[in-house]
Amino acid sequence: MSAPRSWLAILAFAALAALLPLFVTAGTWLNFAIFTLILCVAAQGWNILGGYAGQYSFGHAAFFGTTAYLTAVLQARYGVNPYGAFAIGIAAAAVVGFVMGFLSFRSGLRGSYFALVTLAFAEVFRVLANALEITGGAAGTLIRLDVRPENFQFATRGHFYWVALAMVVLALLLTRALERSRLGAQMVAVRENENAARALGVDALRVKLAAIALSAAITGAAGGLYAQYFLYIDSTIAYGTWISVEALLAPIVGGAGTVFGPVIGSIILHSLAEFTKSLVGRIPGIDLMIFGIMLILVVRFPPRLLPGLLRARLRR
Amino acid sequence: MRSFPLEIVLEAVANGLLTGAVYGLVALGLTLVYGVLHIINFAHGALLTMAMYAAWVCWAAFGLDPYVAILPLVPVFFVLGYATQRLVIGPASQGDDSNIMLVTLGLSIVLENAMLAVFRSDTLSVQVPYAMEVIEAGPMLLSFPRVVGFGVAFVVAAVLFVILTMTDTGRAIRAVAKERTGAALVGIDVGHIYAVTFGIGTACLAVAACLLLPSFYVSPRVGNAFVLVAFTIVVLGGMGSVPGALIGGLFIGVVESLSGLYFGDSLGQLGIFIIFILVLLFRPTGLFGAKA
Repeated sequence: MSAPRSWLAILAFAALAALLPLFVTAGTWLNFAIFTLILCVAAQGWNILGGYAGQYSFGHAAFFGTTAYLTAVLQARYGVNPYGAFAIGIAAAAVVGFVMGFLSFRSGLRGSYFALVTLAFAEVFRVLANALEITGGAAGTLIRLDVRPENFQFATRGHFYWVALAMVVLALLLTRALERSRLGAQMVAVRENENAARALGVDALRVKLAAIALSAAITGAAGGLYAQYFLYIDSTIAYGTWISVEALLAPIVGGAGTVFGPVIGSIILHSLAEFTKSLVGRIPGIDLMIFGIMLILVVRFPPRLLPGLLRARLRR
Repeated sequence: MRSFPLEIVLEAVANGLLTGAVYGLVALGLTLVYGVLHIINFAHGALLTMAMYAAWVCWAAFGLDPYVAILPLVPVFFVLGYATQRLVIGPASQGDDSNIMLVTLGLSIVLENAMLAVFRSDTLSVQVPYAMEVIEAGPMLLSFPRVVGFGVAFVVAAVLFVILTMTDTGRAIRAVAKERTGAALVGIDVGHIYAVTFGIGTACLAVAACLLLPSFYVSPRVGNAFVLVAFTIVVLGGMGSVPGALIGGLFIGVVESLSGLYFGDSLGQLGIFIIFILVLLFRPTGLFGAKA
């Protein structure tokens, strides 16, 4: 997509989406919309590492959970300002990503091995968070209800919706800037053929480390938002496999390695899940079943709709 | 670290070995599929859960003892595995590794949640008279179902070994594992062999499920607990190695049992994950095998 058009697309999306709380006031619908936006941010994070740099992580929960826990625990236990806790959490997620990446990429882990090691890292975090005292153990950590904007808590869901939307738009702008940058081009080169990229003088390790740190920070931000919206976090939410899966599903379905892929994927998946629920009733697991089927179908029949917007690399 | 009397440590080691053999059996299916298809099957855990539910249904609906249920379930799961590879994984993969990874992940999500929809999240178990029986071995008390599991796991490994080394199908499987194109050139139907291998891997799960059922609860996510353990065993024992899977299983069983004893149940799981990460990080050359 040419430069002005992608700007316009982001702008148009932001403007359209920002109108939603003016028309939709029902709590459940706004809840659903906010939840989808938060997952969208998580997916945008995955897209940097998985979509652009081509390293499929199955453990993005490690980043989501780290920011979620730090946001909650720093407030609840140490009285840190929520915005400060959120920022520290994001930085910490980036560090976790960098360390995980350093260990695995330096060992030359690729493909399914990288996926496995990230999965295992996330599980280690989950077990630790469930056992340690500082995280509240199995009982989790509550953030005290204190509704003030300077406290990152808002009187209406609509306000939080705009905050979450702002994060999505920020991630979109960041991804777009990355796509047009030297670093972004190097990521794509590493994804398409790491050895060839190396031969051309690309420092593949450095590129992949930058990708995972950035990716972790964005997915972490989603975790912080989650904690701040629900005011509660425990180990199965923060570090559970569900979020690792959510983070990778949306970009794969919507088009990995594209600016809008994760947004489109999130909207398709979650609308489809809600629609199915309204059709067949609340059968447990039905939404995830839809997700799984979509994943298989998308891999089996790579989408060719909306060319340009969905330049799905799965096409190959 | 607390210290324990020798008998307790010995008993933990023995119990670890017993459970480890069944872990090995779960890993056997995984490693076989990896060795031949070079894919990591993320649906392995969900298929194990499915086999456990199948064994539970055999018991609840027909009063079939889990050990007897092995006989009907092995062929059923072989066919299921064969069909899954032929109809779902094979066509979707188009030869791309990350596609296979995603398809098996999708499959695991579908299966797991289908079981959640059917059986809900309650844990189920079978009541068999021998579930609580113990066997005295010197100073140790060993659980009867686990001793049976241990024995059967070795029998299955032996059968698998015979199949792989002495039958035409086994030779074809090894040929495809070594040299895909060459095998196709001498007239081996590679797609069929892939599916047979997947079927054998799934059949191993059916046996493992029947062995686990008398001493484990079934819930829609029970397989997840085993699958990371199985992955650990597979990388530890060497991707694609049958004896490696069994020995790795025994080792991991002991590690789990001892770290549970010394660090408590919740932190005890860490031992396995940490071994897994360390092996992946520091012995990657041995892990890539013929693929790199």
